[in-house]
Amino acid sequence: MDLNKKFTPETWPDNPETATFEAKNKFIGFWLFLGGETILFATLFATYLALKNKGITGPEFSSQELFELPLVFVMTMLLLTSSLTSVYAMYHLKNYNFKKMQLWLGITAFLGLGFLMLEVYEFVHYVQLGFTFDNSAFSSAFFTLVGTHGFHVAIGLVWITLLIFRNSKRGLNLYNASKYYTFSLYWHFIDVVWVFIFTVVYLMGVVG
Amino acid sequence: MSSVAQKKSFGSWLWDWMTTVDHKKIGILYFLGGGLFFVLGGIEAMIIRIQLLTPNNDLISAGLFNQIITMHGTTMIFLAAMPILFGFMNAIMPLQIGARDVAFPFLNSLGFWMFMLGGIFLNMSWFIGQAPDAGWTSYASLAITSEGHGVDFYAIGLQIAGGGTLISGINFLVTIINMRAPGMTYMRMPLFTWTTFVASAMILFAFPPLTVGLFFLTFDRMFGGNFFDHAMGGNTIIWEHIFWIFGHPEVYILILPAFGIFSEIFAMFSRKRLFGYTAMVFATVLIGFLGFMVWAHHMFTVGLGSTANAIFAVATMAIAVPTGVKIFNWLLTMWGGSIKVTTPMLYAIGFIPSFVMGGVTGVMQGAAPLDYQLHDTYFIVAHFHYVIVGGVVLGILAATHLYWPKMFGTMLNETLGKWTFAFFFIGFHMTFLIQHWLGFWGMPRRVFTYMDGQGWNMANYISTMGAFMMAIGVLILVYNIIMTSIRNVPVANDPWGDGRTLEWAIQSPPLYYNFPQTPLVRGLDTVWIEKQEGNESGLTPAVPVQDIHMPHGSIIPFLMTFGMFIGGFGAMFRTETSWGLPLLIFGIAWTFVAMAARSLIDDLGYYVPKEEILEDMKRERGRK
Amino acid sequence: MMKGLKKWRLFSLLAALTVFLAGCGQEELSTLLPAGQVAKDQFNLLLLSSGIMLLVILVVVAIYVVALVRFRRSKLGEDHIPEQVEGNSTLELVWTVIPIILVLILAVPTVYYTYKLGDVTAMGAVDDDGNDENLVVDVTAKLYWWEFEYPQLGIVTAQELVVPTDEKVYFNLMAADVKHSFWIPAVGGKLDNNVENMNKFYLTFEKESSELDEGVFFGKCAELCGPSHALMDFKVKSLPRADFDAWVTAMQATEGVTADKESADEGEALFAASCIQCHAVSGVGETGAVGPNLADFGERNRVAGFMKHTEEDLKKWIKDPQKYKPGNQMPPFADAFTEDELDALAGYLMELSVEK
Repeated sequence: MDLNKKFTPETWPDNPETATFEAKNKFIGFWLFLGGETILFATLFATYLALKNKGITGPEFSSQELFELPLVFVMTMLLLTSSLTSVYAMYHLKNYNFKKMQLWLGITAFLGLGFLMLEVYEFVHYVQLGFTFDNSAFSSAFFTLVGTHGFHVAIGLVWITLLIFRNSKRGLNLYNASKYYTFSLYWHFIDVVWVFIFTVVYLMGVVG
Repeated sequence: MSSVAQKKSFGSWLWDWMTTVDHKKIGILYFLGGGLFFVLGGIEAMIIRIQLLTPNNDLISAGLFNQIITMHGTTMIFLAAMPILFGFMNAIMPLQIGARDVAFPFLNSLGFWMFMLGGIFLNMSWFIGQAPDAGWTSYASLAITSEGHGVDFYAIGLQIAGGGTLISGINFLVTIINMRAPGMTYMRMPLFTWTTFVASAMILFAFPPLTVGLFFLTFDRMFGGNFFDHAMGGNTIIWEHIFWIFGHPEVYILILPAFGIFSEIFAMFSRKRLFGYTAMVFATVLIGFLGFMVWAHHMFTVGLGSTANAIFAVATMAIAVPTGVKIFNWLLTMWGGSIKVTTPMLYAIGFIPSFVMGGVTGVMQGAAPLDYQLHDTYFIVAHFHYVIVGGVVLGILAATHLYWPKMFGTMLNETLGKWTFAFFFIGFHMTFLIQHWLGFWGMPRRVFTYMDGQGWNMANYISTMGAFMMAIGVLILVYNIIMTSIRNVPVANDPWGDGRTLEWAIQSPPLYYNFPQTPLVRGLDTVWIEKQEGNESGLTPAVPVQDIHMPHGSIIPFLMTFGMFIGGFGAMFRTETSWGLPLLIFGIAWTFVAMAARSLIDDLGYYVPKEEILEDMKRERGRK
Repeated sequence: MMKGLKKWRLFSLLAALTVFLAGCGQEELSTLLPAGQVAKDQFNLLLLSSGIMLLVILVVVAIYVVALVRFRRSKLGEDHIPEQVEGNSTLELVWTVIPIILVLILAVPTVYYTYKLGDVTAMGAVDDDGNDENLVVDVTAKLYWWEFEYPQLGIVTAQELVVPTDEKVYFNLMAADVKHSFWIPAVGGKLDNNVENMNKFYLTFEKESSELDEGVFFGKCAELCGPSHALMDFKVKSLPRADFDAWVTAMQATEGVTADKESADEGEALFAASCIQCHAVSGVGETGAVGPNLADFGERNRVAGFMKHTEEDLKKWIKDPQKYKPGNQMPPFADAFTEDELDALAGYLMELSVEK
């Protein structure tokens, strides 16, 4: 594969993410990896549901009193929007419009960062209330589930930042197209996981 | 990168192996690493059996005994059986599908180093404080109250090694999906490739729960978590579920590749196409699928309720059906064939009755009410050793003899091989057959000693004698390996003379790019077909000779893993030392820097020029 | 000649019989000599499943041996190329359907017995007069001993379970520290003592333990629970209902019994000074003691569940419990007592009895 090969929107393949042999491998491999991640989160969800509101003598902190939906709603909106902006970025990737792709990815990262800041704020708030990681089985399960997701978001942010800066000078080629694309797959995945967290942890938590 | 052998310094030799991404070399590394741990686990087994030789024996203390049984189980499953099988998968599977390497050579190397350093991490526990002592299942109430750092080593060591396994699983899957040679349809894949495929898929879905479970255990023990502390609202049964949702598929992850190896052997040395290939493939897939549906049969006595027990009992028995299909297909492969009893075939012949016995005792334990009696007794010890030694280890030993020429270019001595088999096989039955009765007679498993006057003395004595015979068998094998390596007589492409699949049509060991020209696959057992039609080479090329793209070696996998390794120590000593936390942060940061380096530095590989390939092909023709 | 042959036959028959009987293990703890309905059900299931499985093994081995004998290359010649058969769908069907039938034959009784043995609905049943219909025993497993409370009768004992024969006895199982598993091999399968919940099941004892060589059934802990897991044995005494009632009455009569520091019996005085904080000598009470209840210690079969019931072993145990049962909770008393004091203490303990 030649890194210096220059494309035009006309010569750029329809599916740049799977245009080379290595890219095809990466594409399938990453889907499989997401399959494994699904099981990982499924296990975390199951554990959370089993330990929800379980404490020393019943719930010292109950999910009904603890969670504040407005904040979580804003977080959800940020992350959902960032998923949308990453779709725009992939649209420009397919059209060989590097600048716009970088721009949309930058917006994606910015929204993701906003989400992460709010999550940190949320966690700090809980800790100040006394709902720390070692407070109860409930707190351990909550912080592990939501924290694992937050950790994935943080990894995604580092990843996309590196990609944006690494390739800013060289533009799009078939070597980095698949890297961008797998990032977007990853970003959609953590978005979907968040939808489940929003439903299972927060909505069902507030309802009871 | 010339294929001509060059005299190298020790440093460059070491560097070559530490940075290699060649699937054949990584296969050898897995084999040797796993072999080392196999010997270690074997020594632990011998200490267990010597301790139980006589009643009230006090050779080792109760606490040390628990550490040894825990490490024996953990080592044999995670650090011996699986890596050795990974060694064969790595070395052979890409050859069987006509590929030049696995899909992700870099990740392949990373997977190996994570296994190796994870295993070393776990075994460091012998030198730092104490080894884990809560059993290989590490049930939570005991595991979170166990003192010292033993169980911490278990949690972190397995986390690192398990991560490597997951990576390798994905790698094999993509390799098989994407890199089959032209004409190699799914239903033409050799059975070993098929079982590798199904086992890898099972790894993908079984290991994430283990990852999560080990994190819970780590959090509970080192970071104040309360997942399993019932006083804080936690629940230890969660660990049991998570462990067995991983643990039961793990058994099939081990046995399926062994099934694959035996399928190759039966076909080769009966000189006959595998009987009922399609049924064999479906049975493999079905076993893989059902393997996820039966985990709670390890928990019949936990008190899950009659309905759960009944459902899981029936589901468990159902697995007997596809397994039976496999057994009968192997028998019918031999039937009407031309059976040559080589050492690998001897193992295959020994495997059938041994594994059938292990299988039927499994069904017996599937009958939940009967399992109330058999669970956690020596009966279960006998059962899983019949399955794992009688199935997996016999498979590994068979494959060691079968694929030795392909991996190392020389043949193991057949006479010594048969002696190994004789000692190991007789010793194996002597050790474990009698243990079924020990279970019936009321002897619980994991006991460091037993009182006189319970009628168990003679049986335990016999069992220990058998263990000595197995040890002699292994010693003969080690001697065989050493002598063979010293003599190092080179062999031809197909030293067994009955090769049916692609790996037997290329050099032993293969050139680093495997196939000068990608082969065209014309059916199941393509090499056999070609040879029957008079094509002596056994191969039809699918493409003209052209430049071959190959990946670069890299030290980054080792560095990445090293970060996890030292970070693990940091996590463990975080609360009691001042350097713990900084070391943890440093280790994690190190790993991430290594990952970033991998991401930022372009690695496009290189091309083997056409001229060099033609040169190699000419030399190969001259050799004949 | 004939006579010699006959003798040889007789001898081999005897030998076979001996092997067969030895193959059943010891009555106190063998699952092959069931002494109660639960164990009998499980034993029947064992016979059924072993029968089916032996059939499978025989069929496999038969085909296997014939194939190995008939189709050797040494017989067929080096150049023989066998026909490359692809398979046979009829055969595949046969060896799919027959195992399914065999599995079904085993599955039906399995499901039946699972529900039968798991049925504890009668546990809290009371008759018209409000009396409990069934005996209930609360079993608490601790590192590394067993506490048995009879909540309906207000008594508690340890290490030696006493039960009536020929009726269902219901058990509540729990663990005080880590997970254990309650198992009396000769009487029925095990059930775990979990830390977070209470498990319930029943057993029936259909043989009086006095008929056994040892006079008791052996009970075991079947879940790895720490260093002395292997030594966490208990004993079971099964008595006819009348004898059991007498034992209960005797136990209830120990209400208020304690050891007196001022006692003329040196052993009792020592016990009162050093032991009674952890070990009660009254059989009336509830579960939750620090150490095993010793009300009927003199009548027990073992010291600490596994050592010989002699003053000598008892003294060894008191001096250094960690040596014999590593990890248990009892402190050593080697320095606390002189040899004479130990004799007196052991003598006192051996006299503890409810039966006289």
